[in-house]
Amino acid sequence: MNWIIDAYHWCATNFPTLTMAISLLLFPLLPVIIAVAMYVWWERKIIGWMHVRMGPNKVGPFGLAQTFADVFKLLFKEIVYPTSANKKLFLLAPLWALVPSLAAWAVIPIGPHQAWSDANAGLLFLLAMTSMGVYGIILAGWASNSRYAMLGAMRSAAQVVSYEIAMGFSLVGVLVLAGSLNLSEIVNAQAGRFGLFSWFWLPLLPMFVIYFVSGVAETNRSPFDVAEGESEIVAGFHVEYAGAPFAVFFLTEYANMILISFLAPILFLGGWLSPFPASWGILGAPGWWWLIAKAFFFATVYLWFRASFPRYRYDQIMRLGWKVFIPIALAWVFVAGCLKYAGLAGADV
Amino acid sequence: MSFQLICFYAFAAITVGAALAVIAVRNPVHAALCLVLTFFSTACTWLLADAEFLAIMLVLVYVGAVMVLFLFVVMMLNLDLDPLREGFVRALPVGLAVAVVMLVEMLALIGVRTLQVAPPADPAVTAHLSNVRWLATALFSNYMLPFEVAALILTVAIVAAIPLVLRRRSDVRLQDPARQVRVQARDRLRIVKMAAVKAAAKPESTTP
Repeated sequence: MNWIIDAYHWCATNFPTLTMAISLLLFPLLPVIIAVAMYVWWERKIIGWMHVRMGPNKVGPFGLAQTFADVFKLLFKEIVYPTSANKKLFLLAPLWALVPSLAAWAVIPIGPHQAWSDANAGLLFLLAMTSMGVYGIILAGWASNSRYAMLGAMRSAAQVVSYEIAMGFSLVGVLVLAGSLNLSEIVNAQAGRFGLFSWFWLPLLPMFVIYFVSGVAETNRSPFDVAEGESEIVAGFHVEYAGAPFAVFFLTEYANMILISFLAPILFLGGWLSPFPASWGILGAPGWWWLIAKAFFFATVYLWFRASFPRYRYDQIMRLGWKVFIPIALAWVFVAGCLKYAGLAGADV
Repeated sequence: MSFQLICFYAFAAITVGAALAVIAVRNPVHAALCLVLTFFSTACTWLLADAEFLAIMLVLVYVGAVMVLFLFVVMMLNLDLDPLREGFVRALPVGLAVAVVMLVEMLALIGVRTLQVAPPADPAVTAHLSNVRWLATALFSNYMLPFEVAALILTVAIVAAIPLVLRRRSDVRLQDPARQVRVQARDRLRIVKMAAVKAAAKPESTTP
């Protein structure tokens, strides 16, 4: 063990910038990847319970090592290239999906101004990164040279682009009330006199719902998972993928779900603020554990959706996005402006 | 040479290389992807110039939305570029003329900047505001009218684009979700009350 620490010290003294850069890259990524593994286990467990099954319980205690076993199985599998697939883009696609979804974590704060990049335009950066992820899906669909994959990519692209608009508008409400694009400032703006009721979920209730439902649609999860609708197009955009590239798609999807689960509390539920009054001692103190607890709740709601709802029909998805969410969000931007102007909600209430 | 300058040259080189690749590669999908790379590395150079709002907007709007649709159309059409290349020589003089005009304009812009004794300081920095906040204040106070006019023009463009592609078809069967939601169980299902009848005792299976 000591030689690793010695090697680190040697690197840190001789190449400080490089070491800094590598550890900056590694530190946010490893927890995300571990969290994804645990999340997959939790999904299988919780859906198992909802189906009155056991879920994974053989590998490791409570089946905790099941995901790792699956990952290693995938990594050792052969990568199959479909006939006349565009090989370069076929391999580029999963990476293009993964990199933005991990890059988005750079601006997620776990405490006041405790983020890898406390950027002023953090919210915009997040939107920009999540909007890049759709390339991975489109490229995967096209480069596979398969009809099912292409159909999945078409559905997914239309869906993601549509719901991004609704999502963007619901974020406009947040930044009108917070008066900042910095995620830490957004959370601080929610620390008001009324504790739990000063958080933005109350003045922006429709936007909160729109945000989370759009988030589910953006990550192509059930009930919006027509992009991989098994009953119609086998597995959608990743139907031709096997082994490691498939594992990368899997990782991306779950990392995006965890990202949305972290953003919902940061934007609407007071992030690391405690729901209890400050006089309650340790329970009333703000801290990263609150953020994790809230994110865990949303991550579990994702799984609950999956076990409960049948898949939406494609035209109904489009109708919900364009004819329901976008008009409501647009109207609520106006309401949010009025609330802020009247001093009923926002940074100083 | 500072680290920022090295980064600038790297991003600028990638921008130029990707822009050249857009017009040089044969596969239209590769060309569209190179255009994405051009936009992205341009955004990186803007970030280096402290224009974070513009840079992120470039990624968000052009890379995240416009190019997705563009790439999509290119994939769906399955373009064959070779017939398009046949007019290359014929269009060359026009292209050269446009290129020369653009070069002169750019040189003029650079010339004006160098003639200024000192380049103006970053107004956002002098006002001690974040880039986004300064831009918002400027846009929505000093330049309110031009901003509104631009918004109006864009809205008109959207409205004009919709009638161009709107075609009413009479042969499609559409669903009205409002009517579907309004449906009551009794409209679809009739429950008939019947008196219970005792079934006659079946004879032991005589038929095979």
